[in-house]
Amino acid sequence: MSFPWANEYKPQNAVTKWVDERLPLPRLVYNAVGAGYPVPRNLNYFWNFGVLAGVALVIQIVTGIVLAMHYYASVDGAFNSVEHIMRDVNAGWFIRYAHMNGASFFFIVVYIHIFRGLFYGSYKAPREMIWLLGVVIFLLMMATAFMGYVLPWGQMSFWGAQVITGFFSAIPLVGEPLRQLLLGGFAPDQAALNRFFSLHYLLPFVIAGVIILHVWALHIPGSSNPTGVSVKAEQDTVPFHPYYTAKDGFGLGIFLIGFVAITFFAPNLLGHPDNYIQANPLSTPAHIVPEWYFLPFYAILKAFTVNFGIPFTGIVLIEAKLMGVLAMFGSILLLFFLPWLDTSPVRSGHYRPLFRKFFWYGLIPSLVVLTYCGAQPPYTQWVVLSQIAAAYYFAHFLIILPIVSRIERPLPLPNSITEAVTGKPLQTATA
Amino acid sequence: MVRLIAFLVGVFFSGMLLIGLGDTIIGAIKEPAVPTAEHEFHKMPLAEKFPHDGPLGKYNKGQLQRGLKVYSEVCSACHSLKLVSFRDFAALGYNEEQVKALAKGWKTEVPSINPETGEPATRPGIPADRIPSPFPNEVAARAANNNALPPDLSLITKARADGPAYVYSLLIGYEETQPAELLKKFPDAKTPDGLHYNPYFANLNIAMAAPLAADDQVTYDDGTKATKAQMAKDVAAFLTWTAEPKMENRKSAGWAALIFLIIFTGLAWMSYKSIWTDKKH
Repeated sequence: MSFPWANEYKPQNAVTKWVDERLPLPRLVYNAVGAGYPVPRNLNYFWNFGVLAGVALVIQIVTGIVLAMHYYASVDGAFNSVEHIMRDVNAGWFIRYAHMNGASFFFIVVYIHIFRGLFYGSYKAPREMIWLLGVVIFLLMMATAFMGYVLPWGQMSFWGAQVITGFFSAIPLVGEPLRQLLLGGFAPDQAALNRFFSLHYLLPFVIAGVIILHVWALHIPGSSNPTGVSVKAEQDTVPFHPYYTAKDGFGLGIFLIGFVAITFFAPNLLGHPDNYIQANPLSTPAHIVPEWYFLPFYAILKAFTVNFGIPFTGIVLIEAKLMGVLAMFGSILLLFFLPWLDTSPVRSGHYRPLFRKFFWYGLIPSLVVLTYCGAQPPYTQWVVLSQIAAAYYFAHFLIILPIVSRIERPLPLPNSITEAVTGKPLQTATA
Repeated sequence: MVRLIAFLVGVFFSGMLLIGLGDTIIGAIKEPAVPTAEHEFHKMPLAEKFPHDGPLGKYNKGQLQRGLKVYSEVCSACHSLKLVSFRDFAALGYNEEQVKALAKGWKTEVPSINPETGEPATRPGIPADRIPSPFPNEVAARAANNNALPPDLSLITKARADGPAYVYSLLIGYEETQPAELLKKFPDAKTPDGLHYNPYFANLNIAMAAPLAADDQVTYDDGTKATKAQMAKDVAAFLTWTAEPKMENRKSAGWAALIFLIIFTGLAWMSYKSIWTDKKH
């Protein structure tokens, strides 16, 4: 474990002593999220979102297991089984709306968690592995959410599945056979619905497993903090329990108030009306859009409008559609390389004047624009805006960050966390 | 090496996007988007208020009963309501006997089989039955409606943006003739024969003829004057209930959950403050 001054687990009675000698599970919990885990004392509210994401996953798994007891994965019955849950199952409307909005809140929380990492440089040494596992969790979440959205077998479910699996057909030569293999047919049908249900049930447990690795990797160097300065002595830290359990309890209350307000008073606000129409393979909706949390990536996909080829010869090397698909996946996969693209030794954006400008005036606006444009019909003004924003997005991570790290002159860092908090230098009597 | 490859990938993607940007702009200048009649003459639903709006809103049972009457006497000639059972009408304020009578007296009987011969037959409805559909299948529905399919109405107010207001606006939004301005600007956008001009419908021309043709088409039991607007509003409220029958439970449970959480959060805040009192952070 990370710090020598961490509290040690002491069994309080004969029973816990007996358990501790045979299977030290209480000790593990104590060291992971109890008084045995020293955490920097200066964490702000952005550090609540890791715990909140864990809570959101638990909400999804619990409501999802109950839904699966009543859901019927059949192209004829799925839509009506969801309505059966909404109308006839005891409190079924609550379970279903909680699951539906829980997905959105899971993404809200995880997006804030990711942006906290991006701003405070949480992906930098020695925490690269935590970041890499986090990106894996994010990818798994996207796959799970997509397959979950297909299950009610509404119009957007069906046509969303049609569009997303259509990405694979953009791959040269093997694309179309690959798509048919994945779907188990020429179009989304019973075979696809069954396997999506199976995978939608499986993946959350895979996510839970990767979260264990994510938290394990976190406990090697310990939590980062808003100054980005490493922990130097015991005064820099507080035990996770009771300090951060109390703070996370308050954060959890605020999160649940927002979740309950939407789930009970505007449950369909974040959804699409077309998904209350049963899937009809013969009738394409006027305007196919994914769930809001996929909109930035959908906008990137649609922003590629010209083929890449040799000018004036008409030879096309990469078609616009394939390039859009590559860019869409690339926009997430590039996060895997972030720890090696941003080489500045300073972690926190607070002490990086140039980085901070690009973060607030470049990256965040470009993602807001992409989210908005992703939901719009393909009119010129929205295509133009998403092309500018997408160009910035790629440039930000792949071109600007490495250059900024090189030319930026960071502000002076505080000597220690304690000094940043109290203004007094750290007493290092023991050092 | 990573940074060099990243740089090249970044230049490629961003470059292709900027070339695409130029292409989009040139394309828009060379061939500006052609305006369409739908784009210019489609209207958003009227801002109509309902008693069930808002976090405190409840259904008006009298209104739902009137809406049911409009549905059963007008809409149900063509539109099914497959997800609703007769027993659900208890929520509109009918007692057990009235629900039984409603089921038994429904103008379409429930598909069944003859218990003697096994031949297809029909029987009167009972409370446990779903509302019988006006047509036995899609082919029959299309054949009777000039090849248009009347959609099931159970979820219609959730399947359209701003659903209740949309249903209301659509029902009273029919116009006898297309606006002269529209025909002047888009001579090709003349409403085809057999369709009807309605600016609240997405493509302006709807197969359904105005179902609420005149005032007093339905005689209300509670003496309310059955104007076209009143009937449209009542049936829109009724269809909100068919789409969201548990709305009142949802809102009251929501208030209980919110009040609990506000107290919980207040206590959590106080314990957070008291635990951290001697720790500057």
